[in-house]
Amino acid sequence: MENSDQIIQYILSGLSNGSIYALIGFGFAIIYNATGIINFAQGEFVMLGGMLTIFFLNVFQLPLITSIVLAVAVATAVGVVFERLAIRPLKNASPLSLVIITIGASILIRGAAMLVWGKDTHALPAFSGNDPLYLMGATMLPQNLWIFALTAVIIMASKLFFQYSIFGKAMRACAFNSQAASLVGISVKTMVLLSFMISSAIGSLAGIIIAPLTMTSYDMGIMLGLKGFCAAIIGGMSSGLGTVIGGLLLGILESLGAGLISSGYKDAIAFIILLLILFLRPEGVFGKKETERV
Amino acid sequence: MTKEQRDILIFTAFGLVVLVTPLLLQGNYLLNVFVFIGINTMLAVALNLLLGFAGQISLGHAAFFGLGAYISGILTTRYAIDPWMAMVAAAVCVGVMAFIIGFPILKLKGHYLAMATLGFGIIMYIVFNETVAWTGGPSGMSGIPNLALGPLIFDSDMTNYYLIWVFTLLTMLLSINLANSRIGRALRAIHDSEVAARVMGVNVRLLKVQIFTVSALISALAGSFYAHTMTFIAPASFGFNFSVELVTMVIIGGLGSIYGSFLGAAILTLLPEFLRVFHDFDIVIYGLLLIVMTMFMPGGLIGGFEALAAAIKRRKEA
Repeated sequence: MENSDQIIQYILSGLSNGSIYALIGFGFAIIYNATGIINFAQGEFVMLGGMLTIFFLNVFQLPLITSIVLAVAVATAVGVVFERLAIRPLKNASPLSLVIITIGASILIRGAAMLVWGKDTHALPAFSGNDPLYLMGATMLPQNLWIFALTAVIIMASKLFFQYSIFGKAMRACAFNSQAASLVGISVKTMVLLSFMISSAIGSLAGIIIAPLTMTSYDMGIMLGLKGFCAAIIGGMSSGLGTVIGGLLLGILESLGAGLISSGYKDAIAFIILLLILFLRPEGVFGKKETERV
Repeated sequence: MTKEQRDILIFTAFGLVVLVTPLLLQGNYLLNVFVFIGINTMLAVALNLLLGFAGQISLGHAAFFGLGAYISGILTTRYAIDPWMAMVAAAVCVGVMAFIIGFPILKLKGHYLAMATLGFGIIMYIVFNETVAWTGGPSGMSGIPNLALGPLIFDSDMTNYYLIWVFTLLTMLLSINLANSRIGRALRAIHDSEVAARVMGVNVRLLKVQIFTVSALISALAGSFYAHTMTFIAPASFGFNFSVELVTMVIIGGLGSIYGSFLGAAILTLLPEFLRVFHDFDIVIYGLLLIVMTMFMPGGLIGGFEALAAAIKRRKEA
């Protein structure tokens, strides 16, 4: 019985991490669909979310909710600056240049964070206390519930945005065929900028809701970013249900692997899954196969 | 003067400068830094074969470097195998491994290739840290023997300098010859358009894997040299940051330029020595360099010099 309790515990913490991976994966997919770019700096926005919230909370003594709003706003502004300065000037750049530029931006943001906030890990207080809740023999923190709820809200909101709002529809049109979209009067440039804004906002929110559980430091973005990418890859780079399932699946596998096999190799699990999927089904488990036009 | 003659002339001049330099630096600690420039040049040239010539990115080359270092270290310290033999064994192992993983990895393109190589690099980094019984884990592995040739033991800065640089020069010569050969032309064709290269009869898939293997093998050799000259290795030297540093070296020097790789390696190895403060800022500066160079100087420093020289020449003629 004890064993099955443990497994429930692993699955619960896996689902909680997995929600975060799904959110980060969403950020990847939104930019990828609008521009064809894999933004290697995605993880840094997650880090910025957590670090900025702690910064506003501790240095300016602002209330938590204000700090969160400000942190998301600043992270989004960083996303805008990044798009304007480094992505927009490079029209028709080769994928190689784009990979290098987004990596450059990623280590630049990380380095700047290190200079401003130092190398220590910081903790964000939990949104509503640390009294554990009990569920089927497993314990859960209130923060886990916050993560599940906020992830669901963010994903629903973006679903509604892409499905029903005029901007969302315009962005989908750009993803489908940017030339045709610009012919019917959609400003592709604005949509690309918008995709960077939404993606950095979602990324930073993911960083904020996970920060009370995992602590946060200037270099937390790489790993989280890569795992989010893994979730998006499983989902076939769609900003839909595929990525959510991908994230949750990755979270559960990782947490089960760490608990039952070896915790030292926890981080390796995500990358082994990533490589296997890239090798065997690069279009993702839930994606459709595409043929390449030359 | 034909291109070949000019290449031979430039290489000879470069080689002479390299061989004479230590005589001017006797007893100077810079000699030790120059040993590292040699190792980093070897790595940057190896990565440039893949990145600059074939246009295939790798964000995991530090892993091949680390594998070379660890295989050498483990074979010599735990199994008392001769360092030269260990080095050959490491190169062969890494070469075979790169050849096998090369097929699935190089099927991927652009961003996906970058992610896959990055994933491979991180997996290896975790393995270096976790297989404590073999590698000593995060605290590293010490007591790796120096290389020796009969009575000559490579344990001083001076002997190491010549040891490393002889192999670095050989690597550069090999790469220059490769670039000027049929294979070099085929690689550049792949860089420009894989489909066009395939139509022209280039076996794109095999060639990409072969150059990946050569690149990994040279990186492993550099790793073995690193292990035997440092006599101490730890996983921190073989992580993602070092992979990015290698890419930065290649980009700064110039994609596809062998001497550019040397220049990039020299700059990135010397900077931290001259600017003590640089230590805190290094990753910020690497990030800026990567962005600025890719945006404004895609040919790197060597490409920039060439453009400058061409502009001056035009002005003179006008």
